Amino acid sequence: MKPAPFAYAKARSVEDAIALLAQHGEGAKLLAGGQSLIATLNMRLSAPRILIDLNGIAGLNSITLKGGEVEIGAMTRHAEIERSDVIRKHAPLIAMAMPHIAHPAIRNRGTIGGSIAFADPAAELPACLLALGGLVEIAGPKGKRTVKADDYFKGLYETAIGACDMLTGIRLPAAPAASRYGFAELSRRHGDYAVAGLAASATFASGKLTKVRLAFFGVDLTPVRAKAAEMALAGGDLDKAVAALASDLDPPDDIQENGAVKKHLAGVLLRRVVQQLTETRA
Amino acid sequence: MNEMCDISLTVNGERVSERVEARKSLVDFLRDDLTLTGSHVGCEHGVCGACTVRVNGEIVRGCLMLAVQCDGASVETIEGVSDSGEIADLQEAFQKRNALQCGFCTPGMLLTAQDLLSNDQTPSRDHIREHISGNYCRCTGYHAIVDAVESVAQARKGSRK
Amino acid sequence: MKIVADVPSPLTALDRPNSYIGRAVPRPNLARLTQGRAQYVSDVVLPRMAHVAYLRSPYAHARITRIDKTAAEKGKGVIAVVTGAELSKVITPWVGVLSHLKGIKSAPQHAVAVDRACWQGEAVCAVVARTRAEAEDACELIGIDYEELTPVTDPETALDKATPVIHPELGDNLTFERTLDAGEVDKAFRESDAVVEATFVFGRHTGVCNEPRAIVADWNPGEQRLTVYHGTQAPHMMMNLFAKHLGLEEYQVRVLTKDVGGSFGIKVHTYADEMAVVALSKLLKRPVKFVADRIESFVTDIHARDHRVKGKIGVMQDGTITAFEIDDLTGIGPYSVYPRTSGIEANQVVNLTGGPYKCPNYRARARVVFQNKNVMCQYRAVGHPIATGVTEGLVDLAAAKIGMDPAELRRKNLYPDDGYPATGASGIKFEKLSHHASLDKILAMMDYKALRADQAAARKQGIHRGIGFASFIEVTNPSAAFYGVGGARISSQDGATVRLDATGAIFIHSGVTEQGQGAEAVLAQCVASSFGVPIDRVRVITGDTDNVPYGGGTWASRAAGIGGEAAWQAGKALRQNVLAAAASILQAQPEGLDIKDGIVVDKGTDRERITLDEVARICYFRPDTLPPGFQAELMATRHYVPRAWPFAFTNGVQASYLEVDTDTGFVKLLRHWCVEDCGTVINPQLVDEQIRGGIVQGLGGALFENCLYDERGQMLNGNMADYLVPMAMEMPDMEIGHVVTPTADSELGAKGAGEAGTAGAPAAVMNAINDALRPLGAISLTEMPFTPGRILKALGKV
Repeated sequence: MKPAPFAYAKARSVEDAIALLAQHGEGAKLLAGGQSLIATLNMRLSAPRILIDLNGIAGLNSITLKGGEVEIGAMTRHAEIERSDVIRKHAPLIAMAMPHIAHPAIRNRGTIGGSIAFADPAAELPACLLALGGLVEIAGPKGKRTVKADDYFKGLYETAIGACDMLTGIRLPAAPAASRYGFAELSRRHGDYAVAGLAASATFASGKLTKVRLAFFGVDLTPVRAKAAEMALAGGDLDKAVAALASDLDPPDDIQENGAVKKHLAGVLLRRVVQQLTETRA
Repeated sequence: MNEMCDISLTVNGERVSERVEARKSLVDFLRDDLTLTGSHVGCEHGVCGACTVRVNGEIVRGCLMLAVQCDGASVETIEGVSDSGEIADLQEAFQKRNALQCGFCTPGMLLTAQDLLSNDQTPSRDHIREHISGNYCRCTGYHAIVDAVESVAQARKGSRK
Repeated sequence: MKIVADVPSPLTALDRPNSYIGRAVPRPNLARLTQGRAQYVSDVVLPRMAHVAYLRSPYAHARITRIDKTAAEKGKGVIAVVTGAELSKVITPWVGVLSHLKGIKSAPQHAVAVDRACWQGEAVCAVVARTRAEAEDACELIGIDYEELTPVTDPETALDKATPVIHPELGDNLTFERTLDAGEVDKAFRESDAVVEATFVFGRHTGVCNEPRAIVADWNPGEQRLTVYHGTQAPHMMMNLFAKHLGLEEYQVRVLTKDVGGSFGIKVHTYADEMAVVALSKLLKRPVKFVADRIESFVTDIHARDHRVKGKIGVMQDGTITAFEIDDLTGIGPYSVYPRTSGIEANQVVNLTGGPYKCPNYRARARVVFQNKNVMCQYRAVGHPIATGVTEGLVDLAAAKIGMDPAELRRKNLYPDDGYPATGASGIKFEKLSHHASLDKILAMMDYKALRADQAAARKQGIHRGIGFASFIEVTNPSAAFYGVGGARISSQDGATVRLDATGAIFIHSGVTEQGQGAEAVLAQCVASSFGVPIDRVRVITGDTDNVPYGGGTWASRAAGIGGEAAWQAGKALRQNVLAAAASILQAQPEGLDIKDGIVVDKGTDRERITLDEVARICYFRPDTLPPGFQAELMATRHYVPRAWPFAFTNGVQASYLEVDTDTGFVKLLRHWCVEDCGTVINPQLVDEQIRGGIVQGLGGALFENCLYDERGQMLNGNMADYLVPMAMEMPDMEIGHVVTPTADSELGAKGAGEAGTAGAPAAVMNAINDALRPLGAISLTEMPFTPGRILKALGKV
């Protein structure tokens, strides 16, 4: 189980990486943390002609608070995020998700950019990005652009990133005082991809939830917003919100569970997460 | 860019320069090119943890990193930490508690346990289980491993007093 | 949590001075293994060694209409591209049948498929290259055309007229069928106060040894010898098979087994791709290495279980079990695996169902059918988890039906501890078991009353916990009844050769093998004890057919009970020889001497007379000083095979305490207990760890593991991300206790313990889940693994 042969190039900068992508086209793949990509290469599920390694690019692994936003460089490792005070204080949803992501050795290599770019529908971070209404920074041959999370996920492993583009970072709104976050995931074993999961953000004041964003994962080809349920929650009706999932979600069967089970689990997750969103803080 | 790459790195404190295929994983490089066969290949897709080694002080999956990516890095394997004596207490505890049977997972398990104990001096049993949850052992059922790691945590705590 | 460490009471025959029997002696291999200094077959490198990779069939059933090797042969680093037809000129095919499984049939299987592939993953062409990567590259260059054939993938319809017959020459898809009818089953059911029926489904499991299967074959034409480095449990068996199918004499083959990265029954079979390796080495006259990668392991390592059993139990209101009836159906692969056959597991289910209970009325049918899926064969605890699952599931359903406590119902029906010898309804023979003592002990260990109180208190808070029991019996120490009588050249006896070296240390050569279970420690303990040396003076040699006595190896929990007894006896024999030499040196009577801690002493007073190294020095280097006519014999061999009983049955009971999240269907294992009786406990720590590891393998089957196939015969979860093995976070701590009932068949009295954990754990979990959910009106769960979806369905939530 060895990868098919490929060439290797170490990008010195974002511009360098994009130039290499442009030069090699479809046959090139970007290598970030490699924790998904190298596994697929080993299994020959993917056989690029060249890997463009992003690990040597300086300045892509910072976590900064700037203008009411938390900016996370694409090559920031999960383990760095896990240890970050900025994340804990200003992007607590990400901090809540971290322990669920794989295992320590994987978190030491895996990057947030890689996770968002790969966009596994059962992964935690893409759902967090969606729940937070974050922004994705993309660099391409024609320059840089910013894509809203709501416009970013296109299909199974498909995103707004074009063939010659590179994700350079994400921006998340820094948590305001009244903001609340909830995260729950059901996976068969600790660190596994989710059977079903939910990342949520909201504002909670005077016993009322507003600005609710619910991002489910593991229940569709991408992480998905449950907009009818969000509206019902904003109207203060949890039961109605759970019922609304029937129209919000249509989970396909997978080898772990069928769609009906996933839909049921989504309702359970919603109740649990709303509990987190509304519980009184100590 | 090339399918063959020259790399220089430090492995267990020794300087190494080799020409490797770009596609070669770190664990295959260690095993095949450097004959450091203490790191094991169990799944080659990042699930079993038998290939766990340390790169620049952090544990990684040796099957999910390319050898070429280790150019300039410092890599440590079970052979290195055994010879240095760094994990002698863990090794002794594993032996005493029979926390291994076939031993195939053990090098990776030991490096993962050492990673835990370097960052958390008083882990609970649940925390030990969580930290090793990416290291597959088919033989022991994990109970003895948790016992062994717990006993070393307590002993190290005692010796720090 | 307090772990109960049980040390058995001293045993007279074994109660020699400085005995190591019953002591937790650390294994001699462990320092090496913890330092990364092991040598697994996957580590072996030989001069001129080449690597093989196989092109494998993507179809479950297909005719191979064309193979074009041209491009592959030109691939970088390629040494040879070999088809099944070409290889069949080097190695003959085999048929996996045994004469004592009446009517079992199978078709000839080739090392590499010839003309037709019968399961997804079957090798269809071999590529030998300088590196594994280059061999894999060239596999992609092979031009191959298939004509897809209809696959047979549903055991329920395998015997229907409309279903194609996989091997037309066999007439149908039935591999093996066994029926049994004991007592008066119909009458018993008629007269029962209650009859309960249920269908139990067991997932298709595989071993997922951490080190995949690995073999290096080295044919040396200069010596006309084949040396095979092989991660196997049965070196002599493999020696025989390699020789037989390559047309060699056995003495031309040497099998070497060093460290093995886990076996569990996976590495005791003939694998086509391994037979191909020895043939390729012979063909190419150089060493060839094959290490299965994880993906090909999932579709080629034997699978097991995958039984669906309709079960029925009759019970009286007072709790007396009146009858058991089962109808078992299992779908194996397209071939019965060689040489142990794929009929044994179903045969065991028939033998073992109802085994712990004194119920004379028992009817069984088991059918084994061919499928276009990966082959199935014996895997740790062969048949036991199924028989125990069905029996214990039925017993709990009966208890619920009549409103009796499940522990009480067991107590009422288990064979009484003073009622031996006994013969079970299926004809299995019990020398002496301890079901009641075991049950008493586990109830005390778990504090059953307090646990029931905890369960009730939790229930009031909406937390649903369950307690489940599983009494079980385990087949260990098999005699020739297992395979030998069926015509297989699989040794049931084992030998040990013990030698005093020139410095007074002891070497033991044994036919059993070390798979990590601690066999080498046990052998050292036996010899050190019976001969009389400190254990660090014992060196153990296993896994080399040129250099150990002929033996069976390690399977069916035989290494300690059979190999250990041979070692014990060999140690005793050598002691007599050494005492004779010492007596001759000392001008004393051998009967007046003993060996203690490596020194020859006067029996009774322990006065030191002569050290072993002095005895050895004189015998080896100054035999001229010995009395005329005395020849020292410093090497002794003894063999042992159980004769009084076909198998040494052991018994035990497990209990599980768990919590079911009734909203999500997720199960959290809280605690697990096992009390078992393997007779004399040679090394309590090793026994406990065998049981713990075995339990977790059983828990995997109960909650997680299942090889999923679609109707086209494609395995859907053949990787470690999707085939869920137990990992540390979800597994419980386990308390182990013992009752000690030695077998009188050997002097040591040791029976096996390797499979007890796996035998009982799934049933205990099943019963605990049903115990948790029964008050909620859930349908009884009898289909493993117990996934969230199945639990939610039973609760009526999806």
